[in-house]
Amino acid sequence: MKALELNNVRFKYRDFQNWALDSVSLEVEKGEFVTILGCNGSGKSTLCLLTNGLIPHAIQGNLQGSVSVFGNNVGEQPVSQSATKVGIVFQEPESQLFCMSVEEEVAFGPENLAVPREEIKTRVEWALELVGMKGYNNRSPFSLSGGQKQRVAIAAALSMRPEMLVLDEPAYALDPVGRLGLYSVLRDLKEKHGMTVILAERDAEEALAFSDRFVLMKDGKLLESGPPRQVLRDPAKLREIGVAPPQVTEVASLLNTRMGTSKFSFLTVEEAERAILEEVLKPKKEGRR
Amino acid sequence: MIPSAHGIPREEKIISTRNLKFTYEGGVQALQGLNLDIRSGDYVAIVGGNGSGKTTLAKALNGLLKPTSGTVMVNGMPTSELKVAEIAKVVGYAFQNPDHQLFCSSVEDEVRFGPLNLGYPEQEVRQKVERAIEAMNLGQLRALAPLSLRLGERRRVSIASVIAMDPQVLILDEPTTGLDAGESLELMNSLKRLNAEGKTIILITHDMKVVAEHARRVIVMANGRMILDSDSRGVFSDLAILGESNLEPPPVVRLAHRLAKHGIPHDVMSVEELVFQLLRSRGGG
Repeated sequence: MKALELNNVRFKYRDFQNWALDSVSLEVEKGEFVTILGCNGSGKSTLCLLTNGLIPHAIQGNLQGSVSVFGNNVGEQPVSQSATKVGIVFQEPESQLFCMSVEEEVAFGPENLAVPREEIKTRVEWALELVGMKGYNNRSPFSLSGGQKQRVAIAAALSMRPEMLVLDEPAYALDPVGRLGLYSVLRDLKEKHGMTVILAERDAEEALAFSDRFVLMKDGKLLESGPPRQVLRDPAKLREIGVAPPQVTEVASLLNTRMGTSKFSFLTVEEAERAILEEVLKPKKEGRR
Repeated sequence: MIPSAHGIPREEKIISTRNLKFTYEGGVQALQGLNLDIRSGDYVAIVGGNGSGKTTLAKALNGLLKPTSGTVMVNGMPTSELKVAEIAKVVGYAFQNPDHQLFCSSVEDEVRFGPLNLGYPEQEVRQKVERAIEAMNLGQLRALAPLSLRLGERRRVSIASVIAMDPQVLILDEPTTGLDAGESLELMNSLKRLNAEGKTIILITHDMKVVAEHARRVIVMANGRMILDSDSRGVFSDLAILGESNLEPPPVVRLAHRLAKHGIPHDVMSVEELVFQLLRSRGGG
């Protein structure tokens, strides 16, 4: 059984002319960390809203094709049922926080599923610890920094014990420190908890270290899907679809051009350092000896 | 107005602060004694993490906040003695969230609002509006409702409404937040043109890629103080300073620093420069 299965999905928002998603087919395995990359308007948010049935149940339009989450067709079950399987985190944490304390915020979901009180307590503590917000139980969510708010929003999604977490540009409004904290939480979710994660991003830089797969989208269409190295290696292609390429892939691509080769294809600063020491800087020294 | 000299910072001080302090009600000391001169034609980035005081500084420079002590001089006049409307003719400020300043029913009305309220005659209002609409490439959108536009477009409208007041200095608070790579590039190119035409640009940002590519001068803020004021190359040669202000240098800068012991200079800022230096080292130069 797949975590997510989109089969030839098209969706058009009510009163809009264009297909927000156009003939998209995508399968996500359990435990996979998939990053959806595309510019504003490429269809990534629409795809996120499909995963827990907010489309078509809460947001109306014309939906074709089928969307299954852990084997269940989201169109055929209520959002409340999908919500137990899929947790969603949006761009701006303010849009989803509303309680007086962090603890109430994180407890809200399971309370509404009538989870027993003791179990709720356990879940709240577990979720707050996982996102690095242990001890903030009694703080008002609105007194927190942007990065902390977003981590509380993730904890609130996790307390439902979802099997899959979907995040739509979660670092959108965060400063560099907030981003760092957020991405280390995402890394833990994958590496320590084996969570299935779908992450929508405009920028490849931060997610590439822990994504199993990247999916490129443009104008509602899925252009390419594959391992980071395959999908991200050509910076010109990414720029063409309005996505900022990882900066070191631009170094690789320019080195290839200038040295008349195609051997460079690093993705991270560490890989780049290794390759450059071996292939660019070292031969000179040996030549001189 | 001072004629622009393309790409060359002018020495005329448009804004000067002396021992500028600002304390919010409740006692938070957001600015702790800043001495800063902004010269005509500058392209300055003010960088720092959340809570470093950069937005407070921006609001003090355009008179939205008056100093608790010390002075901010705009064209030689202290802001404490000027009306906000008078300062607005010299120093324009575009908010981080464009929706905080958009309220009209069409893009054109939105852009007209500022110069109209500054009391310019109709003929001049029209000229200023046309220039602003052209500078931000809004010709196609002029009849549309601002709030129906996409974020990148709304940001351009909010900046155009500031440009229309024809200030000498444009302060932009996090202008690239929420924009994708294409929208961001388009906006930054527009700002580059405005700077070449003589406008002084002050960017408040934590996007160090934008800083490396566009700013000529960088002011690093931490805890309400300026911890560095230098040309942008100077900032990227000192990773410790960036760390102190919770800023992440762009990957190409980090890579250059890792390769420093192999002869790559500390102050590389772009992909082009790094590759040039790598090939030079390889060639034995």
